[in-house]
Formats: sequence, C-alpha cells, structure tokens
Amino acid sequence: MSAELISETSRADIDRWVAKYPEDQKQSAAMAALRIVQDQNGGHLTQELMDAVAEYLQMPAIHVYEVATFYSMYEHKPQGKHKLCVCTNISCMLRNSKQVVDHLQERLNIGFGEVTEDGLFSLKEVECLGACVNAPVMQVGEHYHEHLDPAKIDELLDALRKEG
Amino acid sequence: MANQVCFRNNHLENSWTLEAYQSNGGYEVLKKILSEKTPAEELIEDIKLSNLRGRGGAGFPTGIKWSFMPRNAPGQKYIVCNSDEGEPGTCKDRDILRYNPHQLIEGMIIAGYCIGASAGYNYIRGEFWEPYSRFESALEEARAAGILGENIFGSGFDFTLDAHLGAGAYVCGEETALLNSIEGKKGQPRFKPPFPAGFGLYGRPTTINNTESLASIPVILAKGGQWFLDLGLPSAGGEKLFSVSGHVNKPGNYEVPMGTPFSELLEMAGGVREGHQLKAVIPGGSSTPVVPGEQMMEVNMDYDSIAAAGSMLGAGSVIVIDETACMPRILERLSYFYYEESCGQCTPCREGTGWLYRVLQRIEAGNGSNEDLDLLDNVASNIEGNTICALGDAAAMPVRSFLKHYRDEFQYHIDHSTCMVKSDW
Repeated sequence: MSAELISETSRADIDRWVAKYPEDQKQSAAMAALRIVQDQNGGHLTQELMDAVAEYLQMPAIHVYEVATFYSMYEHKPQGKHKLCVCTNISCMLRNSKQVVDHLQERLNIGFGEVTEDGLFSLKEVECLGACVNAPVMQVGEHYHEHLDPAKIDELLDALRKEG
Repeated sequence: MANQVCFRNNHLENSWTLEAYQSNGGYEVLKKILSEKTPAEELIEDIKLSNLRGRGGAGFPTGIKWSFMPRNAPGQKYIVCNSDEGEPGTCKDRDILRYNPHQLIEGMIIAGYCIGASAGYNYIRGEFWEPYSRFESALEEARAAGILGENIFGSGFDFTLDAHLGAGAYVCGEETALLNSIEGKKGQPRFKPPFPAGFGLYGRPTTINNTESLASIPVILAKGGQWFLDLGLPSAGGEKLFSVSGHVNKPGNYEVPMGTPFSELLEMAGGVREGHQLKAVIPGGSSTPVVPGEQMMEVNMDYDSIAAAGSMLGAGSVIVIDETACMPRILERLSYFYYEESCGQCTPCREGTGWLYRVLQRIEAGNGSNEDLDLLDNVASNIEGNTICALGDAAAMPVRSFLKHYRDEFQYHIDHSTCMVKSDW
C-alpha cells in the first residue's frame, strides 16, 4: 500500500484541499497533494510518492505523472535545502538579473540545476515570477526577495546558512 | 485622479483585513443587493454601461461576458477568478491579493449572484504563496462573519469560495487551461467551442474573469456604471492598473484613468532612469508588439490609441527600455520564455517556438546567417493563427515587431558577430 508513504500531517493537509472541491472531483487536489508530499520529502518527488498520491486520491497513476511533469514547481531530483529560484525574464533582465545570477553562482560555486556540496542550496532559473516592478527578484521557499543586489544576496545567504 | 478602484483601500493600515475593508464601505453594496434582491439583469446592465473591459489582456467587456451565462439553467454553475498572473511584465493582481483581497471576494460573490453561480474558485499561481496566504486569511474572515457560505447576510443566497494554487505554468493563464488545472490535470487549453459559459469547470457553465476585473465590480455597482465610465473613455471605462517596470526610476503599479498619456505615466514612474534616454516600450506585457520610444510618447494608455501605434494594451504591463538595450538579446530571452512555456499540444507552437529560440540564439551568439531574418518571419507567420490558444500568437508577435522596428540591430549581429549596442546589464 504505497499511500502509507504519505505522513499523517501530509494527509491532513491533503484532506483540507480535497474538501474544497465537489465530492466526486478528488483529482482536483492532485496539484496540492504533489506539493505537499514533495515538501514532506525535502523538496523533490519520487515515483513511489507519485504512486502514493494516485492511490490516495484514487486516480490513475499516469494522470499524476502527467501533472507532476507538466508544472515547473515539481522537482524530480534532489534539491538543496534552500531552492533559490532566480527570475531572468525581461523586467528582471533589464534590472540586471545577470549580476544576481553571476553573484550567486560565484558565491555558491554551482550552476543552474545544481546543488552545493553541503546540500544547503540549489539554483534554478525560473520564468517571470510576477513581481516585475520590484526586479530583480528571486523566490526562496514561500518568500520573494526583491530589488536584489550583491549586498542583499550576501545578507540573505548568510541568514539562510545560519538557519542551516 | 488615481487609485479610485482597485487601489482605493491601499492607504489604510492593514488594508487587507476585514475591519479595514469595512471601514471604507466594504461589503455594503453586496448587502444592499442581497437585501433588496436587485434583479441580476439590472446589475449586468450597469456593468455593461460602465464599459469595464476584461483586465486580463483580451479586453472583452465584462458585462457582455456575464450575459452569456445561462443563469437560470438548473444545476451547478461556477465563477472562476484568474489570478494566474504570469505574463512577463505583469504584477498588478498580486497587489490586489496582497492589499485588497476582500474587494475581490465581494466582487466574486456579486458575480456569482449575477450569473447564478453558488460556488467560485480563485486560481492563484503557485509561486504566489504570500498573496495566496493573504487571500486565504481574508476568506476565513469572511466565512466567520457570515459573508461567505450559506444564507449570506440572512438573505437566503448561498455562495462558497475557495482558492486553488497552481504549480508553475504560464499557459494556465489561458482560461480553459486554467479550468483543466483546477480539475487536477495538465494545464493544456481546450478547443473552443464549446465555450466555458456552456461547458466549463467540471463540464458546468462557468465564467472566468481576471482578478482586477472582479475586484472592480463592487466599486462600479456602489458608485454606478456611469461613474466608472466617466473615469475613463467611452471606448473603455474606468481606471486601470499599469505595472511599469524596466528602465524607470520608480517602477511600480499605478492605477490611472484609461486614456492617460503614456508620457504622464512615465513621469509618475519617475521617468527613464537617470542619465538615459527612452528607446522602446512594450506597452502591454511581453506578448504585445514593441513600440519605438518617440512613437510611444505620443500614445495614450487605452486600447484604441495603442492599437493605432501597432500594439496592444494587454494587461497594462508597461516595460520601459532605454538606449543601452541590445534588442536581439531581449528577443532571444522572450523567445526562450515561449519555447519553455509552450504546452506542446499544437505542432506549430511546440515546434515553432523552438525554431524561433534556436535561430535567435545563434544570431545573438554571432553565428547567424542572412537567411535567418526571413526564416524568423516565416516561422512566426506559420505559428500565427494556427494554434488552439493565443500562446502561439504571443510568441510570434514580439518577433514580428522587433524585426520590424530594429531589423538593423539583428543585421548588425549577423554581419559583425557582436552587439550593435553594448548593455551594462
């Protein structure tokens, strides 16, 4: 029974999402469920977890795989504890997102799609985050960090390191 | 005049709370409508009079859209809000969710009343966790106060509202992709017809409106359609949120009347950044054609004026570009975006966006050939009009307009294998 891979806390959270939709439309909670089990697993999905979601929501596994591979916020390999998502789209580009990327890559010694040796950080290039008037912007976890420059990035990295 | 509609509460302390919202007349118009049982047809007529045009980018009149709903047909119907703000340059709905969520909730309840829907969903893009949390808190407050749920204000009208979170996909801003996404599927657009008003969420009649459109409703009905119309132009009523980003001194969201001269909006945004000159403006988000700076200085911020300049008002996402910009480099980045975000369903878009990106990449890298410019035009024209949704057109339009106005920069790249303009960013 693969649904047992989903923790009790995660189940309670998924159940809250299931309750938002009509009773015969459990599948609507698939996106939330994938996010929840991804968080439970430290930031990435596995086939076992996708199967668990399928079983828990009583939907065909292939539908869960489709969703999990269509949307960009689902990860399929291990990420750093802090996933740094940097926008490089037009409004950020015009406000020198290149400097943000260069500084992060130099400080962390990794490129996009890589994880630092200590497992603390991973770096991801993302499309427009929808905070264009505060560019350049980066998302870390649930939070946006805006008007970035090297000094602000250093401050943030230090704070995240302290957090561990 | 400014900040009359969606930003009217932003000056209040903790403007996102129920207390602050109600201190400025919030939920009064809903209460009035429900207690007087104002006929929905009357309300829809007032929205039509206001000439509120859809704020998500297409500009379709909201009142007319609502009148398409079979409001008296039996069974479940839905109102869905599109807060999947993802068009590069656009970030206005985020501020409505963060600073004025109750006005959106009130607008959605009224919309539900008008179209005969007793349930609604607000689709918020997955990255917007902070705005989503604000919106959820506002929902909780409204439920606890009896403003959402059964028998609202003792009127006998029931309405439930929930938020759905996306997970990263630009195409879900397309309304039928968004519906599929709420249904827990890949966000691929549906073929139309059938239109959502007949076959929408879970196959039921559904109306989808943008966040800013829905948040405008309570103010329009409180002050009257004529008042809103008079704020703007006969061809497009009201004030509109403009996100001004890029090379300006004070980037920000500004709510100003439809028809405000671009030059005034630029001044509000602090003008072009110190020591630089205006080169170009993308007036409505990355999908809309670029307009040369001097031409833009003569344009007003409304549908007709911007259309006369060869572009579109879109979602009001004004991207200001100064003389340091290498236009091929910008277009290469935009083309990568459409390539990355194409859902893969229609061949012209799936393959064409890849072609556009690869050709632009080699031009930008200094490996372009003379045939490449015609090839770009050719690929763009083979995408345009040949796809289920507008993402294909959105990918093609920037290419056409960049080549039209800045062909010399592309040619220079091909001839000299380097940029004509060196950027310091």
